[in-house]
Amino acid sequence: MSKHALLIEDEPNIIEAIRFILSRDGWRVSTHDTGADAAEVIARTDPDIVILDVMLPGRSGYEILDELRADAATRDLPVLMLTAKGQERDRRLAERAGASRFMTKPFSNSEVLAAMREMVGP
Amino acid sequence: MVPFNVLVLACLAYVAFLFLVAFAVERAAAQGRARWLRAPLVYTLSLSVYCTAWTFYGAVGYAARSGLEFATIYLGPTLIFVGWWWILRKLVRIGRAQRVTSIADLISARYGKSNMLGVIVTILALCATTPYIALQLQSIALSFGVFTAGTPAGWTVPDADTTALWVAVGLALFTILFGTRHLDANEQHPGVVTAIAVEAVVKLVALLAVGVFVVWAVAGGPGDIIARIEAAPRPEWAIEPGRWAGLTFLAAVAIICLPRMFQVTVVENVDERHLATASWAFPLYLFLMSLFVMPIAVVGLEVMPEGSNPDLFVLTLPLAFDQGALAMLAFLGGFSAATSMVIIAAIALATMLSNHIVMPLWLALARRRGGGSGDMRHVVLRARRLSIIVMIVLGYIYYSFTGGTAALAAIGLIAFVGVAQFLPALIGGIFWRAATRVGAAAGLGLGFAIWLYALFLPSFGAGVMIPDAVMTQGPFGIGWLRPQALFGVEGMDPLLHALFWSLVFNTSAFLIGSLVSFPTPVERVQGAQFVNVFDMSGGTQGWGRSVGEAEDLLVTAQRVLGAEAAQSFFQQAAADQGKDGFLPDTTPDFIERLERRLAGSVGAATAHAMVAQIVGSSVVTTEDLMAVADETAQIMEYSSQLEAKSEELARTARQLREVNHKLTELSEQKDAFLSQISHELRTPMTSIRAFSEILRDAGGLPAEDQHKYATIIHDETIRLTRLLDDLLDLSVLESGRVRLQAEEDNLSRLIERALGAANSTAPERDFVIHRDPPEEDIALHTDSGRLTQVFINIIANARKYCDAAEPELWIKPRVRDGRVEVDFVDNGTGIPQKQESLIFEKFSRLTDQARAGGAGLGLAICREIMLNLGGDIAYLPGQGGAAFRVSFPREMPAQTPDSDDVEAQEATGAVSAS
Repeated sequence: MSKHALLIEDEPNIIEAIRFILSRDGWRVSTHDTGADAAEVIARTDPDIVILDVMLPGRSGYEILDELRADAATRDLPVLMLTAKGQERDRRLAERAGASRFMTKPFSNSEVLAAMREMVGP
Repeated sequence: MVPFNVLVLACLAYVAFLFLVAFAVERAAAQGRARWLRAPLVYTLSLSVYCTAWTFYGAVGYAARSGLEFATIYLGPTLIFVGWWWILRKLVRIGRAQRVTSIADLISARYGKSNMLGVIVTILALCATTPYIALQLQSIALSFGVFTAGTPAGWTVPDADTTALWVAVGLALFTILFGTRHLDANEQHPGVVTAIAVEAVVKLVALLAVGVFVVWAVAGGPGDIIARIEAAPRPEWAIEPGRWAGLTFLAAVAIICLPRMFQVTVVENVDERHLATASWAFPLYLFLMSLFVMPIAVVGLEVMPEGSNPDLFVLTLPLAFDQGALAMLAFLGGFSAATSMVIIAAIALATMLSNHIVMPLWLALARRRGGGSGDMRHVVLRARRLSIIVMIVLGYIYYSFTGGTAALAAIGLIAFVGVAQFLPALIGGIFWRAATRVGAAAGLGLGFAIWLYALFLPSFGAGVMIPDAVMTQGPFGIGWLRPQALFGVEGMDPLLHALFWSLVFNTSAFLIGSLVSFPTPVERVQGAQFVNVFDMSGGTQGWGRSVGEAEDLLVTAQRVLGAEAAQSFFQQAAADQGKDGFLPDTTPDFIERLERRLAGSVGAATAHAMVAQIVGSSVVTTEDLMAVADETAQIMEYSSQLEAKSEELARTARQLREVNHKLTELSEQKDAFLSQISHELRTPMTSIRAFSEILRDAGGLPAEDQHKYATIIHDETIRLTRLLDDLLDLSVLESGRVRLQAEEDNLSRLIERALGAANSTAPERDFVIHRDPPEEDIALHTDSGRLTQVFINIIANARKYCDAAEPELWIKPRVRDGRVEVDFVDNGTGIPQKQESLIFEKFSRLTDQARAGGAGLGLAICREIMLNLGGDIAYLPGQGGAAFRVSFPREMPAQTPDSDDVEAQEATGAVSAS
């Protein structure tokens, strides 16, 4: 059974790229493009891994992550954070919020895949 | 030979003339016509009261006995007037500021208006002046005697004592008449001063006439005189440096401390500037007075028979050559010298006696009687008159008692040493703020005692006042207490000995007493006022919250000043306070002024006591002390400087904080901007990289997908390019370095072009554009390209964001005051109110960028363009949809970028959010 990855991202071209990469790698991919109700969607769809963009309309990725970590059900959910803001400060913020992994855009497709495999496990 | 009756007649005529002068001047002064009297010349001549009969007659005798030593008596004052006149200037300033009536008043006022000190100074002055007055009487009696010596038998010629008595009576009369005519607020006597000035001229002319007679008629001219002086070597004429220095010092002190000198120098001074003239004119006068002393002495010694009194050479030489008229003139000169001294000394002493002894006693008695009433001026004047009589009677008694025993000069010097005791308290008082009443009293008392014991009492002659045994063996056989060999210092000139020890003890006691005692508040205030008289413009605030009744004060003032003067003073004070009538508010300031005014009549101590009696207390409040006491003032000055400094520091700190805040803000903005840029650049690059990797790595993609992904990459590169273009554009616009090209155009054409260009944005949407062609027909002179860019942006935004199902856009231009306003209103939901302020900021994208397709710089660029065109762009709320108003002048202002503006913009750079 293929693993379920939930991509929360608002940039359509990036959504399409990631969906393509993951699908080819055997992931089941679902997407969501606003921040406001992202946590709700995660709770409902119960993914194996979440790819979370930082800059989202409505709510920032950090806030969503905070909420996930506060909830016992999603405390250990692997979360790969993607950000287009490549500054050190952003990395620290992500770590503090409890991101499992942090990658800056633009990313290498193969690195994303490797990271995801590592995070979800065999 | 001049007959005695002629002499008496001449004397009387001269006195009558002086009366006339004094009387005329008093009248002129009362009518305010005595302006010429306020000439510095009159002031300078009045100072010549220094030259008494002692200097007129005695200097020649002195020269005959001791050679040039007599010159020291002129040297001291000359030094003071030429080099140290600033001391006198300070005294004059203080005297005028504090309405000082005498030297006793000055010292008393300085040390907390202490009457005790006033009494000490008065008594000391009395002791020192009495023999001096006696000396004048003696000189007049002697000079009369010279004339009577040759009187033919049969004439009933009065003896010397009787002459002295009549002279004393005459002088008392004159002094009372002109010295106590009225109680003057400034204690000035223009009539007397003028009479003294006239006498000064007479004695100078007389002495010069005798001198000229002696040099050119008796001797063979100046050369002959010098030869005679050199030919008369006398061992006692040798110069003793110690005595010279001591006597010069003594004379210098005397010119400051002698009560009569204080009277003419300070009290009678009408204009401080006169002192400047006197500083050279008075020494010149002294020089002329001393010019012929030596010749007269030398010729007298040669010509006159052995045993003649050299003190009378000035008279006897002309008489010996049968020059009756010249002798007469010389006699009048000596008479002038003597009378002027007696008159001024009597006035000065009478003021002291009445103000410091009689009035306080009278006030105490009046209080015991239950409050005095009536015109106090009569009391004061009576006290003065009585004091004058007492003074002259005392002088006469002293004369009768010691008459003819001592040489004239000796008495003068003894008096000098006596008044020298004032020096420490006086100089210390005006230069040293820490000087206290205790110190002054101790110094004066001790100096006075030593003077009495070591000089004054022995001067009566051996065994008269002090037993011989005490003189030779000391009191109770204590050797080191011998009056003329204190502490075993033997062989010293008795005068210098007394001067030295009295001043050493006086000064030491003054210094130690001042250092160990603590000044009272009033002393502090007065001390500050005296020492800093040149800095202090305002008066003291000596009176605290007073409860004094203005009416009581008026009653008292009337008694002292006279009804008219007091009422006008009160009326003026009331008027100054903005009140009608005669009763001003008893403010501390008013009471201070009143007290000072009263002090001009009765002295500071008495005036203070009188006012205190009514006002109740003379509390010096802390605030008052703070305001006037100089050390406090200095502290306050420092503290205010510190305050100013700290204020300045605070201001600088605030500025620094502001700048720092601004820098931090800028830094944050820069960070945010970079972060935004990074985001805006990375986002398209992410797509580009991801899809290019897909295209590269994923084999077997359908052609359709390949094309699609390549298109995405292509679009994203265009997006990147546009972003960079916008950024550069914004940077140029913000820096103000943009080149604008104004050209003639028409608003209608501009809108046309903008609509055409904006059509490419969201071309799928069908927009209804409402235009008003007649209104659009506005000729413009502006950078139409840039303006079109703004229009395109707004229309494109409308196309992108207008969420109406059937979108419409209204373009409504109008001209108002030479400015064009174009409103762009659509029928969408518009922009939420709280975001209205953000839309013109960079990277402010309200909706997700998917639909925007831009970096959120559009409106920021629009605003920069409009500002560059001299216009603006604003969001118009409440129009039923998104509404933007673009306004700009029809004539673009000449592009003269303000250099400051450019710099400012460059400084903030492209990161500025504004």
